[in-house]
Amino acid sequence: MSTVANTIFSPELAARFDHLVTIYPLRRSALVPMLLYAQDEVGYISDAVVAEIAQRIGLLELDVRNVLSYYSMLRTKPAGKYNVQVCTNISCMLRGGYEILDHCKSKLGIGHKQVTPDGAFSLEEVECIGACCWAPAMQVNYDFHDNLTTIKVDEILENYRAGQGKDIK
Amino acid sequence: MPTLVGHPDEVKVISRRFGMGAANIDKYIELDGYKAVQQAIAEGPEWIINTMKASGLRGRGGAGFPTGLKWSFVPKQSEKPKYVLVNGDESEPGTCKDHVLFLHDPHAVIEGTMIAGLAIGSKLGFIYLRGEYRYLLKIVEKAVADAYARGFLGKNIFGTGVDFDIITQTGAGAYEVGEESALMESLEGKRGVPRIKPPFPAVVGLYGGPTVINNAETIANAPHILLMGGEAYAKLGTERNGGTRLFGISGHVERPGVYELPMGYNLKKAIYEVAGGIKDGKNLKAVVPGGSSCPVLTADEIDVGLDFDQMAKAGTMLGSGGIVVLDETVSIVEFALRTIAFYQHESCGWCIPCREGTDWIKKTLTRVYEGGGSKKDVDNVQYLAENMMGRTFCPLGDAAAMPTLGFVKKFRKEFEDYIEGHKAGTPLITVQQLVGAGH
Repeated sequence: MSTVANTIFSPELAARFDHLVTIYPLRRSALVPMLLYAQDEVGYISDAVVAEIAQRIGLLELDVRNVLSYYSMLRTKPAGKYNVQVCTNISCMLRGGYEILDHCKSKLGIGHKQVTPDGAFSLEEVECIGACCWAPAMQVNYDFHDNLTTIKVDEILENYRAGQGKDIK
Repeated sequence: MPTLVGHPDEVKVISRRFGMGAANIDKYIELDGYKAVQQAIAEGPEWIINTMKASGLRGRGGAGFPTGLKWSFVPKQSEKPKYVLVNGDESEPGTCKDHVLFLHDPHAVIEGTMIAGLAIGSKLGFIYLRGEYRYLLKIVEKAVADAYARGFLGKNIFGTGVDFDIITQTGAGAYEVGEESALMESLEGKRGVPRIKPPFPAVVGLYGGPTVINNAETIANAPHILLMGGEAYAKLGTERNGGTRLFGISGHVERPGVYELPMGYNLKKAIYEVAGGIKDGKNLKAVVPGGSSCPVLTADEIDVGLDFDQMAKAGTMLGSGGIVVLDETVSIVEFALRTIAFYQHESCGWCIPCREGTDWIKKTLTRVYEGGGSKKDVDNVQYLAENMMGRTFCPLGDAAAMPTLGFVKKFRKEFEDYIEGHKAGTPLITVQQLVGAGH
């Protein structure tokens, strides 16, 4: 049972948040993890998410928005069910990262930070994801896919489209 | 999933459990896990710090500060609680070593955190991973839960009367948060911008308490060092650069991967022998030796030992150990632009020289790259970078300026030829066209 009466989150997540604010020396430390977990469940940081997290931690909504706007993984608009993030930073660039990005663009028919009309995929060009030695690499939601070729990308996207890709949250 | 590669020249200390299923606590214990921390409890803080000092271990995050010395700076008496903060916010382009560490040996990070806690008299440690490493957080969380279940964490650990807790979390995508004071801000639930120093974290850190902040690889070395002895570890490396370290070799090599090599190992050998040489038999053009913030080395400058001092002498840095190899097809103009684009994107905007400097360098290099540049632009880029150096709260400004200066100083002719070539209408081939086409 959550300590917040009208929670917008699932009972599991609400219970997790109840616990999360108690483990740190200061409640506010739970803010960044809570925003991420909320985003994973809701899909993005909506106004309702901001309001409830502010209430749970005891902050002004403005404080929450101030932090929210800083971190690149937090978004205030929905992404696709599968958020495809292609790295084009130096190690990936040297091994064809831009080709992978262009291939995703044409395959999905969308550009940077856009969502396919059916809401299945969104695409982002991202900075280094820490897969330099297995470049080129991309992340779909939180799953890493590395040593990519355009053929491998096709297979990965097809798997997700068919609902067979991993979807870890 | 990252694949492991190996080479006979590797000296496996921190990587000795990689690929052996040591994320499982039983396997970890079987492979000498949690022995060092029990010895540390028995021997006490002074012994731990002296052993760490004797090991010559220097911080693996980039700056290379001696770890034992850092731990000894924490005041023994403190009214406020003390903390250990493990920096697993690995975001420097070219660097992916902590990724492998968390994946294959999360308990070593946990045990190292406990040892650091014992050394400074802390009862609470934090392991902070970058947001993109959520799947690794799950592995670390499981390892922490298993350690709690065994009574290795929490109250009265190992039945010795000592208490120690660990909290794990991720960030949410910000390179800047890898800087230690920005990391503390982020952990306190704020925007991850740096704090002015002094005071240093060892005195005023997390929640105002004395705090030791170490890179994940640094901290995971502690159990190995205690088990093998400081002197034995030191001997593996070079003078003032104890031990081994994880090097990520990426870019145009035949066998990219994370390798553990002794400090002082020759860079040329690392590229040509360990990583299998330049991909597809091409020629080497340049090497970024320690993550994207390190000044570039030209092909004839790589006969140098991989330790903090030798690299400094060669005019660059060992940094985070991320070696990026560029073959002859790479356009330095394009590479320099991609590098600065990263720093421009990741500058937190707190300090004007960094915020404006990275932006103007990116704009200028974009103009050059797109064919509208003049030779004056190269001077301007150099002028901007020189004026960023040492003028910001945190090292991000320097991290952007140093590689930029390296590119324009060592490859000035290429920049000028590029600009002239465009004027003459010469078609220019990009890396994308050359490398991408073959895939």
